[in-house]
Amino acid sequence: MKTFELVIIGGGPAGLAAAVSAKENGIKDILVLERDKELGGILNQCIHNGFGLHTFKEELTGPEYAAKYIAMAKQQEIECWLNTMVIDVTKEKVITLVGREKGLLEIKARAIILAMGCRERARGALNIPGFRPAGIFSAGTAQRLVNIEGYMPGKEVVILGSGDIGLIMARRMTLEGADVKVVAEIMPYSGGLKRNIVQCLDDFDIPLRLSHTIIDIDGKERIKGVTLAAVGKDGKPVKGTEEYISCDTLLLSVGLIPENELSQGMGVHMNTITGGPLVDESLETNIEGVFACGNVLHVHDLVDFVSEEAAAAGRNAAHYLIEKPIQLVAESGVRYTVPNVICPEKMAEKLTVRFRVDNIYKDCYISVYGDGQRLSRKKKQIVLPGEMEEIILKKEDIQLAKRPKKIVLKIEEAD
Amino acid sequence: MTYKELTCIRCPLGCIMQVAIEGDEIKEVKGNTCKRGDDYARKEITNPMRIVTSTIEIDGTDDMMLSVKTEKDIPKEKIMDCMKVLKGIKVSLPVHIGDVIIENVAGTGVSIIATKTIEVEKI
Amino acid sequence: MYDVVIIGAGVVGSAIARELSRYQLNICVVEKEEDVCSGTSKANSAIVHSGVDAKAGTLKAKLNLQGSQMMESLSAELDIPYKKNGSLIVCTSEENLPRLDELMERGKENGIAGLRILNREEALSMESNIADGVIAALYAPTGAIICPFELTLGLAENAVMNGVRLKLNTCVNDIQKRADGFLIITQNETIKSRMVVNAAGVYSAEIHNMVSEIKYAIQARRGNYCLLDKSAGNHVKKTIFQLPDQMGKGVLVTPTVHGNLLIGPTAVDIDDKEGVNTTREELDYLTGRAALGVKNIPMRQVITSFAGLRAHDASDDFIIKEAKDVKGFIDTVGIESPGLSSAPAIGAMVADMVCDTLNPEAKTDFVANRKGTTKLSELSFAEQKELINKNRAYGNIICRCETISEGEILDAIHRPLGAKSIDGIKRRTRAGMGRCQSGFCLPRVMEILKRELSLSMFDISKAGGESKIVCNHNKDNL
Repeated sequence: MKTFELVIIGGGPAGLAAAVSAKENGIKDILVLERDKELGGILNQCIHNGFGLHTFKEELTGPEYAAKYIAMAKQQEIECWLNTMVIDVTKEKVITLVGREKGLLEIKARAIILAMGCRERARGALNIPGFRPAGIFSAGTAQRLVNIEGYMPGKEVVILGSGDIGLIMARRMTLEGADVKVVAEIMPYSGGLKRNIVQCLDDFDIPLRLSHTIIDIDGKERIKGVTLAAVGKDGKPVKGTEEYISCDTLLLSVGLIPENELSQGMGVHMNTITGGPLVDESLETNIEGVFACGNVLHVHDLVDFVSEEAAAAGRNAAHYLIEKPIQLVAESGVRYTVPNVICPEKMAEKLTVRFRVDNIYKDCYISVYGDGQRLSRKKKQIVLPGEMEEIILKKEDIQLAKRPKKIVLKIEEAD
Repeated sequence: MTYKELTCIRCPLGCIMQVAIEGDEIKEVKGNTCKRGDDYARKEITNPMRIVTSTIEIDGTDDMMLSVKTEKDIPKEKIMDCMKVLKGIKVSLPVHIGDVIIENVAGTGVSIIATKTIEVEKI
Repeated sequence: MYDVVIIGAGVVGSAIARELSRYQLNICVVEKEEDVCSGTSKANSAIVHSGVDAKAGTLKAKLNLQGSQMMESLSAELDIPYKKNGSLIVCTSEENLPRLDELMERGKENGIAGLRILNREEALSMESNIADGVIAALYAPTGAIICPFELTLGLAENAVMNGVRLKLNTCVNDIQKRADGFLIITQNETIKSRMVVNAAGVYSAEIHNMVSEIKYAIQARRGNYCLLDKSAGNHVKKTIFQLPDQMGKGVLVTPTVHGNLLIGPTAVDIDDKEGVNTTREELDYLTGRAALGVKNIPMRQVITSFAGLRAHDASDDFIIKEAKDVKGFIDTVGIESPGLSSAPAIGAMVADMVCDTLNPEAKTDFVANRKGTTKLSELSFAEQKELINKNRAYGNIICRCETISEGEILDAIHRPLGAKSIDGIKRRTRAGMGRCQSGFCLPRVMEILKRELSLSMFDISKAGGESKIVCNHNKDNL
């Protein structure tokens, strides 16, 4: 079974930002697992703008934001397996994955970052009564059909839920030629950003009915209409306020649920309020070396914060992996060194390494090697066993990407 | 003096601003947190503009679309005209982010550019 | 000219077809919907009743017991998910205790094996989530759960494997009796047959009345159900019934054979024979009633609700006989609960009736076994690996909630009676039955259907007819 230092489950904005950050913080051996045929996650279907104001100080569309991170990942040569779905993870960090190319495979990870994102709540979870005709979609599924494949789910649309996805789809459907009749929202306030109310509803004169919900769905084969009703303070429909609205499409934007089946399967402790894992200041879960970030941890509104959070997770995963001390080995004439292990993350900018030699050496170098590459050398006319010697190790020479597995101190002949 | 209230769309803060208008002139903008908000309010009253994002068909395939946007914002009243121009346009691969697909869409002087890179092997 | 035309490809029609396909007979099944298992057979409790509560001496009692006894070996032959989990009928009040005893006696009379009355402690040790109000229960160990889709599909596929002709999208508009048989007039064609078997579910009275002067009337009785996530599937292990009343068996709480939890049904008489909608009142009723038998049901884990209609006859029993005034016309009318459980026995009974009239030779090459789709998620790791190495389509997961692969979906499309719609794929593979209710897999399943059946996206429907998924390309209406 192959072992990777760091495996990241999910190649969307969280997974990519975490991967790039982990690489920048010294982890070389990273694998990103993505179930779709391309990286970018949900951003690929978020063709609207509003992304990147914090991260890049410019307003980008979803695909453009994703492209920037995909380019970073490519530049950092981060290995990504596409069309690969993780179907199980154990608490020993054994990951079972499956894909057309890879077949069925088990791999091991020394650290895992959970970045699986979230899914949408469906009609069934709301228990909206009525028929079960065609024409009912979660807003995200409709978004995929319209934006990636180019198919319109319908012509006369009712949207339930004024979260951002519902609002964005109200505009999207209108732009592509549909008639969006109303957006209904059960709460007395909208769940989405105020800017989206303006540019998605007001701009197109689409009515927003707050404190309203759908109490019935009509249409046997294809949806024919819905019954809207006002809800009282108790959240229950108010008799006498029923209104039938004919439509051929119903989009549901009624909640996002972090996708934590894998997390729960491996024994990660969950936060019942967020639906995501419980984590400490390092974004580490109760399982050592397992971190979480992005929508799988809690549902975000702005992808910029996802990237920030994921970068932190990547950094913390790197620290977790790296805090193994490096052996300082005495060779070829050096009898011993003090210290004998070094943790570059813990040392000051400069470290004095003291040592003694095992004989008299004239015209020589005291050389320091990190994994076979010479880091420094000091010319000495003479070194004696009776005299303690020292060299200075610089933190910048042995940290992050330069971190060696072994440091050797030896005497070399002057040439 | 008339007062108009609007919500800024420049960033997710969504500041609610009050604009004092006398005749054709904007006298004062209140409630914004930054200059962009002030700019937005003035523009929104006199000549509201929007960035438009949409998709365009790709030549050679009928199940993948190219995502596009207006390079700059265009007058709000031209949004649907812009959409009508996009209808029936097919773009050939390969396409790269930033490629100009249509120049001067609907007489706005603004280009439609690609927001995604798609290579030929994709289809 | 067919020997037998069976009207209706639900579980009863399919069971009859399969039994008849053992003989050298020319058989055709006509079904008005786009797929088998489209009526009552796809929206029921998925229970194989022990038969304890059927009234003694009725056809229901006799056929339920027979069906229940036949179901295990039938499931093995036809590769149908089946589990004999046992059932408990709970009693929640002292004054109803005599009714529990009555039921026990009735069950013994009906020949049901292993019945036992349990006191509260015994019931509690069997089912820790029994409601606090339960004071006793009747334990029926032969109760079982089954997949009604696979049962119907298995019977229908096996029938077709053995030479039965199936005509879908074929609605019978009229039937005329002739000297040598019948003319069955459908919207597509007129079919000639020597005999007709009526297995038309809620429309069985309409079909019967096309030829017979002795008119039947069937009451459509609607039942709503709630289906809960698999994480709630262990809430009870046995099927928990409440003491039945005049309207039916009451609300039950049961694990399904796939690991979900199912609650239902209600019993509301309606006029509209296509009235398969859930209602607020019925869903609320379910939640309340179910709690009488089982406590702490995690209703927040509901992933969907659905409705089905039963064909209820005023006599409260099955009507399975040749129409008195129409020789050669065999009715199976009023097949409400325990219809699913009785189906194999109804199949055998009707086949006997047909054979009495037609005296056919048995086939020597009848193939009794049918293999369902290979379910990736049910294989061991080693088996999965082997399957995926042989066929990479099994490595492409399409439905992530239920771990259903492209290989299974391809099989569902290309096997006999292949799926042609989203619901057809759903019933055959379970893709779309998980917690996200096809939110993730819908576009992917559509893509596969389009490619494999050379359809345009605009042809793809949820369940045939007008139920298309997408209506036009972007901007077509600008």
